[in-house]
Amino acid sequence: MSDPLFFGAGFPYRTIDDLPGKLIVLEGSDGVGRSTQTQLLRRWLEDEGFAVSDTGLRRSELTQKGLEDAKKGHTLSRITMSLFYATDFADRLENQIIPALQAGFVVLSDRYFYSIMARDIVRGADPDWARKVYGFALKPDLVLYLKADVSDLVSRLIHGRGLNYWEAGMDLRPTDNLFDSFLNYQAKLISLFDQLAQEYEFITIDAGRPIMNVFEDLQHHIRDLLEDQQPILEEDLM
Amino acid sequence: MLRKNDTPGKLIVVEGIDGSGKSTQIDLLYKWLQAQGHSVYFSEWNSSTLVKSTTKRAKKRKSFTPTTFSLLQSTDFADRWENQILPLLKAGVVVLADRYAFTAFGRDVAREVDRGWVRNLYSFAMQPDIALYFRVPLDVAIQRITGARATLKYYEAGMDLNLSESRIESFKLFQERILNEYDSMVDEFGLTVIDGTLTVQAQQRLVREIAKQELEGWAGLPTPEGSPHIILQSEIHS
Repeated sequence: MSDPLFFGAGFPYRTIDDLPGKLIVLEGSDGVGRSTQTQLLRRWLEDEGFAVSDTGLRRSELTQKGLEDAKKGHTLSRITMSLFYATDFADRLENQIIPALQAGFVVLSDRYFYSIMARDIVRGADPDWARKVYGFALKPDLVLYLKADVSDLVSRLIHGRGLNYWEAGMDLRPTDNLFDSFLNYQAKLISLFDQLAQEYEFITIDAGRPIMNVFEDLQHHIRDLLEDQQPILEEDLM
Repeated sequence: MLRKNDTPGKLIVVEGIDGSGKSTQIDLLYKWLQAQGHSVYFSEWNSSTLVKSTTKRAKKRKSFTPTTFSLLQSTDFADRWENQILPLLKAGVVVLADRYAFTAFGRDVAREVDRGWVRNLYSFAMQPDIALYFRVPLDVAIQRITGARATLKYYEAGMDLNLSESRIESFKLFQERILNEYDSMVDEFGLTVIDGTLTVQAQQRLVREIAKQELEGWAGLPTPEGSPHIILQSEIHS
């Protein structure tokens, strides 16, 4: 059973006909600059008169606290982690993203289920199982994949928020230190992202360049997408 | 399709709607198996501490959707599976589960999630060696529940499905849907049906007979010398 708007069966218990908004996803590795670009895009789109909503992984009210606690304790086993993240994603999709799209918003999603899948698969998850789990996911209008080399990521993170246990894939225990683990893990993720890029038709953007160059590329693709879109006027929102 | 049990352990599960008497039966079975000298472990549905607070919060706020409810329950199950059930099965223990994947297949489909989708969620779990379905007519189950307890809880009664404004009516309609799902699962998953209207002793006789046959000639994890039930057993025989 499947619904054309979704990758699989979607949400059979609710009818979703009209989604006047647009769902734009930014994907890519930790530290590649998604948050920065999301902020820039948001400001630009709002200046153009669009109502914008943004959403990121693990910001679901439902699962946020539980996931944070679990991550602190490093006690999440692989399948449990997959499903906990899937719960978070489903909550955001149903309770934030879809309502925003129904209201005509441009939704900027910092990551989508692709990142979760990539992390799962690196940990040994059956790709087919993971794909089927996300049968409820809505198909985005645009997926912009910020691709960078691991070396670019290292520089930004060391100077920025630092390396952390999970982003270094330390639960996989491949090496005894965060740095080597990070290189190893992120390289594997990038390789997976490249595969997913083909399968799900991402638009790959070279994120190894200065912020404004990347931003201009993103603007170009988004402009193409929003060509026919009417921005929501201030009056409509009141 | 659930995976084949290729571990040295034995997995025995009980299923049935609320008020079917399954919990009484599994408790008696647990004690009997222990008295027989087996290493036994009991796992209860919805008991993962990792997920508990998240579930509690969502139930309080009534923020579950059929999909997020299903996913969170599967997360709970995955946590118990990965950290308790599977390791113990591998150690050769008899694991008894009060409710299993079939509960999800019943309840979640009653909430109209896609049948194939929810089955895929649990596809990492193994087919039980014994799966007992305690079948009772709806009115018998209702009587047992409403007699024993003051109020039915919101999600328990399926109030989120808007089947009725009356909690008891909603519960009846919700449980009826689940009953239909269970019935179709008998063939699909080879469930052994036990007549839940028989006396507790009559049911337990059947249950023990089935367990005896399954465990005939099977040697699981031995209990250490000097442990309580070995002493108890020797006292019985002296």
